[in-house]
Amino acid sequence: MKLHLKIWRQKDASSAGKIVDYTLDGVEGDMSFLEMLDILNEELVSKGEEPVEFDHDCREGICGTCSLQINGEPHGPDRLVTTCQLHMRKFNDGDTIVIEPFRAKAFPVIKDLIVDRSAFDRIQQAGGYISVNTSGNTVDANAIPINKHAADEAMDAATCIGCGACVAACKNASAMLFTSAKVSQFALLPQGQIEAVERVQNMVRQMDLEGFGNCTNTGACEVECPKGISLTNIARMNREYLSASLKG
Amino acid sequence: MSGLIKSSIARKVVMALSGLFLVVFLTQHFTINITSVIDPDTFNSWSHFMGYNPLVQFVLQPILIAGVIVHFAMGFALEIKNKKARGGSYVKYKGSANAPWVSRNMIYSGLVVLAFLVLHFYDFWVHEMAYKYIEASPEDPTRYYHETVEKFAPAWRTILYIIAFVLLSLHLWHGFASSFQSMGVNNKYTPAIKTFTKLFSVVIPLGFAFIALYHHLNPITH
Repeated sequence: MKLHLKIWRQKDASSAGKIVDYTLDGVEGDMSFLEMLDILNEELVSKGEEPVEFDHDCREGICGTCSLQINGEPHGPDRLVTTCQLHMRKFNDGDTIVIEPFRAKAFPVIKDLIVDRSAFDRIQQAGGYISVNTSGNTVDANAIPINKHAADEAMDAATCIGCGACVAACKNASAMLFTSAKVSQFALLPQGQIEAVERVQNMVRQMDLEGFGNCTNTGACEVECPKGISLTNIARMNREYLSASLKG
Repeated sequence: MSGLIKSSIARKVVMALSGLFLVVFLTQHFTINITSVIDPDTFNSWSHFMGYNPLVQFVLQPILIAGVIVHFAMGFALEIKNKKARGGSYVKYKGSANAPWVSRNMIYSGLVVLAFLVLHFYDFWVHEMAYKYIEASPEDPTRYYHETVEKFAPAWRTILYIIAFVLLSLHLWHGFASSFQSMGVNNKYTPAIKTFTKLFSVVIPLGFAFIALYHHLNPITH
């Protein structure tokens, strides 16, 4: 199929960007979206032009590196997939596809389609960890009995890959779905109780410091999340935060 | 504690609590108003009680006004912060793909309701304050029904009120259930809360619109 691509090109963080039009022929339905961009880049390189920069790593939907706002939606029109799992069969011959970086004040554009998502790393560093004895007496995590329902919910929360689609989709560029998933994956487990009070306070404080917006419960994040992280995590984080604040 | 006040979650809770408080007030307001259609005498006596009871006038009324101010002032503050959080704007942003219109446009439905409140305050509250405290007119427990019905004689006012009630309905449609999520309530009762939200956000504004239209169509003939 033949596609008309409108791609955001930006030299660096301090330069102004703009949409550049490209036409790409010979795209097959079985290609992933990133493979389509690879082909575009091969054409650009062969013509002596600078390739389009985009983030990618595992290309199997688990690393959370690929991003891209495709036709107005993070990771494109498909559900529960990352950009690398999006197949070109979701598009039709002659389609125009607008490809942009995720946009948030806390995710500044580095170049073209690559944004700096280290704000997520700092939120995680602020409290997304547990105390574990690593001095040789490490206790097997499976030795602690955990309610099946809680274990499942914690695992569901832990499947968040930190891609930032929630922020990109949210009309407020809020990072509450990400932060709440990272709070929940520990809050639901006995191992997470030691730092529970400080964790949620520190992670929410860092989230606010990074300049993300406030959640207004539109639910856009849940719909666009490639891992289907639920809004119940945000409610849990709100509960955790309020109870932690009361405890001091 | 200062961290709590500044935090995004605490601000969400302020929006939720003030919103729920206004929902309770709306229910009480509707209960009194509907009596103007059912029994004018009841409407007169309840209105007189609300207008002259010191607890209502000097405690509940200021709390209500504070609730309205907190809700819209915080709403504006959060909207400005949220707009800034986007940074650069998208060339293409398909909000309709993942969230309902009402949830994405609370600021606009809220602004219409706020504009309506200005008109509503002018129509009833300013008039009432002038009657009681400036003109120092004598108590008349029978005046409320006539005053209310006469207000809805002009078609323009009735239409403006009905438009505001439609926007109020849209605002409640998202806001009511959303306030529970903000306060951390998302559990087995959430489907029931969502169903009740839909019922409430249709029945109450529809009832208010009915009252306005009823009085417009049934003027007092002297």
